[in-house]
Amino acid sequence: MARWTPQKRKKAWVTTLFGSYYVIFILFIYGPMIAMFILSFQGRRGGTSFPMRGVSLYWWEKLIEPSTVGDMQGALMRSLILALIVMLITAIFSTMLAMAFRKRFFGANVLFYMVMAGLMVPGILLSLSLATLLRQIGMPAAWWSSGLGVHVVWTLPFGFLVMMAVFNRFDTSLEEAARDMGANEWTVFKEVTFPLVLPGIVAAGLFGFTLSYDEFARTTLLAGEFNTLPLDINASMTQRIRPTLFALGTASTLFSILMIGLFLGIYSLLYRRTN
Amino acid sequence: MEEREVSLHRGLIGAQPEPAANGQRVNRQASREGGFPTGWLIAPSVAWLLLFLVIPLISIFVFSFWTSTGYGLEPGFNLQNYGDYFVSNGFFDPESRRFLSPSVFIKTLGTTFRFTFEVMLLCLLIGYPIAYFLAMRVKSFKWQMALFLLCMVPFWTSYLIRAVAWLPMLGRRGLLNSMLLALDIIDKPTRVLLYSEFGYTTALVQIYIVLCVGPIFFSLAKIDADIIEAAKDMGATAFQIFREIIIPLSLPGVAIGMIFIFVMLMGEFATAVVVYGGKTSTVGTVILNYYAIANYPFAAVNAIMLMLAMMAGVVIILRLVNIRKEL
Repeated sequence: MARWTPQKRKKAWVTTLFGSYYVIFILFIYGPMIAMFILSFQGRRGGTSFPMRGVSLYWWEKLIEPSTVGDMQGALMRSLILALIVMLITAIFSTMLAMAFRKRFFGANVLFYMVMAGLMVPGILLSLSLATLLRQIGMPAAWWSSGLGVHVVWTLPFGFLVMMAVFNRFDTSLEEAARDMGANEWTVFKEVTFPLVLPGIVAAGLFGFTLSYDEFARTTLLAGEFNTLPLDINASMTQRIRPTLFALGTASTLFSILMIGLFLGIYSLLYRRTN
Repeated sequence: MEEREVSLHRGLIGAQPEPAANGQRVNRQASREGGFPTGWLIAPSVAWLLLFLVIPLISIFVFSFWTSTGYGLEPGFNLQNYGDYFVSNGFFDPESRRFLSPSVFIKTLGTTFRFTFEVMLLCLLIGYPIAYFLAMRVKSFKWQMALFLLCMVPFWTSYLIRAVAWLPMLGRRGLLNSMLLALDIIDKPTRVLLYSEFGYTTALVQIYIVLCVGPIFFSLAKIDADIIEAAKDMGATAFQIFREIIIPLSLPGVAIGMIFIFVMLMGEFATAVVVYGGKTSTVGTVILNYYAIANYPFAAVNAIMLMLAMMAGVVIILRLVNIRKEL
């Protein structure tokens, strides 16, 4: 063991201080969610705050019954399908865009800012703009058309930044070598480029999926007749708040975390393989 | 040192072939002949963005000059909406008590801006030490990533749910009240926690703080450890190192984080309804209200003003920190 010099002691003390601050911070960002999680197991006669009046699955059962919470299952299905489509489009578009940005081209700057604008324009503004426009030209809004449109506008910049970072450190000599050996563009992409950037594409897809699954502001005015899950949650908040909402919130959060875990798993698997 | 940086970022995004030996430049620019045609690569994204971003934004600008018919829109060039936005009854009327008071819409924009600014400041003050701790004090790369990911997970969960989760904390019989009672700080439950400025600000900080911890962490992690060693060797104190090296080099991350939070908060409306009980209006709630009563041009004017205020804010942040030069 190294001897404890005053300097080392001071350093350890500072690190402990920062460490405790970090723990408090984590409690701050996770605390409310943990409280919600516990309260979702509230007893049948309990309310939306502590103390717990017994422990039960009553509110979780109410969540699964179709009659009580309206069209929760349908909303969940729509959100999942939408998130999957957004994931695919984000992964494909951001890869194509980042590949285009490897070369200089006319209007590259304008296009860059256009993609980034999707990140900057507030959701409510985009929602209002497209909804008003659709009304004016007499087209109905729907989660799979206008909803899908604005979701991709929101997720594309995230995927694009990920893919830009990937291609920024991509050694093109491998592609050159394949070309020199007479491979055509498709073969080069399929055999060389794609396997190397696949973990990046998975990361871009993760952004697409989770951001779309949780998106609320952009879908507010654009989902049309049928709600997505966040819209359904919002609708149930305007009624009297009951522990069912906490069960729903817990389920939704656990699902998001599960998705992140799943993606991280796939990611590390691919990552290990490409290395 | 180049090695260290590469290995640091490799784990985050994608796998790349090992970089060429030190001093040899990796050829990053695709050759001019190779690769798919640029036009084909960008066409789908360009079409999508035109359809779902550019055209709607241009149209909302045009609509803000049209006339409301009570259930729809009538084409025209009408400045009345903008007039209504700025001028309240009695404005500049010497007889009126509201001679110099701005319209309620300007006030709403002002309140939204004030909350946004407060939350930005709090996020920076609370989040910076976290990013500093992760980037500078945690030595093992594995732990660094694990602790960082732990901070980032909430970003991928629904912010609506995170707002709802504050209700059992802040309510009259909520956790915070019980804690304060148990500690004998108050003798009866206080109502100032929920549906108040305090509760609203706290919830906003908790929801949005991850957006500034991330960018600050990345810019701090990029700082070359040799620079700090060199400064130490020259006899710099910890405070000097912090002020003259760490702060300036982390400014781009701070600016990006602040822009994120600023943009998201200015358009915020759901948290205000859930945690503040709709007691305050933000520009977002005003826009939704006017959309609900089918006064589309006036909703459009509010949206345009929000957009202008946001652009001004982003420009100010970018003026303070030259991101492009620093990156």
